[in-house]
Amino acid sequence: METADTRPLGPPLAGPAPAPRAGGSLHRFANPGRFLRLAAKVQPWLTGAALLVLAIGLPWALVFSPPDWQQGETVRILYIHVPMAWLAMGGYAGLAIGSAMALIWRHPLADLACRELSPVGALVTALCLATGSLWGKPMWGTWWVWDARLTSVLVLFFLWLGHAALVRAFDDAERGARMGAILALIGAVNLPVVKFSVDWWNTLHQPASVTRINAPGLHVDILYPLLVCALGFTLAFAALVLARTRAAVMERRIRALQLAAARRAEAA
Amino acid sequence: MTRKRRRLWLLLLCGLGLGSATALTLTAFQDNLVFFRSPSDIAREIPPAGRAFRLGGLVEPGSVAKATGPDGKPEARFRVTDGPNAIPVTYAGVLPDLFREGQGVVTLGKLGPDGVFRASEVLARHDETYMPPEVADALKRSGHWNPAQGAPPPAATWNTLDPARPPTPGRSGS
Repeated sequence: METADTRPLGPPLAGPAPAPRAGGSLHRFANPGRFLRLAAKVQPWLTGAALLVLAIGLPWALVFSPPDWQQGETVRILYIHVPMAWLAMGGYAGLAIGSAMALIWRHPLADLACRELSPVGALVTALCLATGSLWGKPMWGTWWVWDARLTSVLVLFFLWLGHAALVRAFDDAERGARMGAILALIGAVNLPVVKFSVDWWNTLHQPASVTRINAPGLHVDILYPLLVCALGFTLAFAALVLARTRAAVMERRIRALQLAAARRAEAA
Repeated sequence: MTRKRRRLWLLLLCGLGLGSATALTLTAFQDNLVFFRSPSDIAREIPPAGRAFRLGGLVEPGSVAKATGPDGKPEARFRVTDGPNAIPVTYAGVLPDLFREGQGVVTLGKLGPDGVFRASEVLARHDETYMPPEVADALKRSGHWNPAQGAPPPAATWNTLDPARPPTPGRSGS
């Protein structure tokens, strides 16, 4: 299946119909071709590693790790909530970097990767908010409060959604990607606010446990399964985004081929 | 090349401007961004009478008195402290599961003229430490920590503690 896809992208596009923008798109598609070949090799390993690590981490965290002395079994929500929160922020940092690359160097792959990243980012942020709410009701006594941490993460969720919608809202994909990149970079100011909200202001949400300056505030029996889960979810996140980006590149390629074929038919 | 360089600088300048604007705005709204005020904040600046605000701190050890009110609703009296200052609180209603002496709480209500805070909502605040029950028990037994007195000792002293080590070494292969 892959062999057909991994052929160089140049010839079919370079051959006929040098329309005004064909030269530009040839240049633009040169790199995605290399990306497709590389990604086809990486994808199975990435997906396999994600499944393997999650197959170890999730049973360890959800079944075999000890309960917390005062939260009891509710502490297990942490093993989903914390990796989702890290991915929501780390993913957004990636979106901001990709957007900067797209704006400055006009890297065509960066546009596509950002476009395919934001729905996954919105998903993990939604999971972070939902699991946090489920934890908050029994522990804090409320589903939701408007403290600085929770509010800034809600803003992060809207930024993800806004980016996903904005890049798809234009007929001209390039224009949409540029608007999305600007939105993503403006939204990046929210990242330090999310991270440091619990230190700058007093909040109901507890401060960071793992990345404390002194020792992590988690016992190793809780910390280790958490780190394994975080690694597994990160690999799964990367595998998902990579698969989506590959599909998007191939989709573009098919559209370009169809366009070229149509032009050829017209010329004949 | 020079156009790329120009776009890079433009982006960096915009980022700088946006970042400082955000920082200034957040600093200006500092007072509104705090979720609760501590007893010391209240002592420093008494909020206007009749205005609802959130009071947060630790439940003072030995201060909790629970009773059943005339209408059969549970009532609780306790003091919220941040060390130097403490404010008495009354609350009619069900307390969250995590509520205990030494636990962080955030209460919403009004400060009466008698200096008693009448709470209409009490939320428990969890700290950033997580430990299995056996570890907590070991710390309590050894006298290193009394949960009613506040936060646990520095995490480095217990986060690799193996509570099962004295009787049976190496309790799990992890």
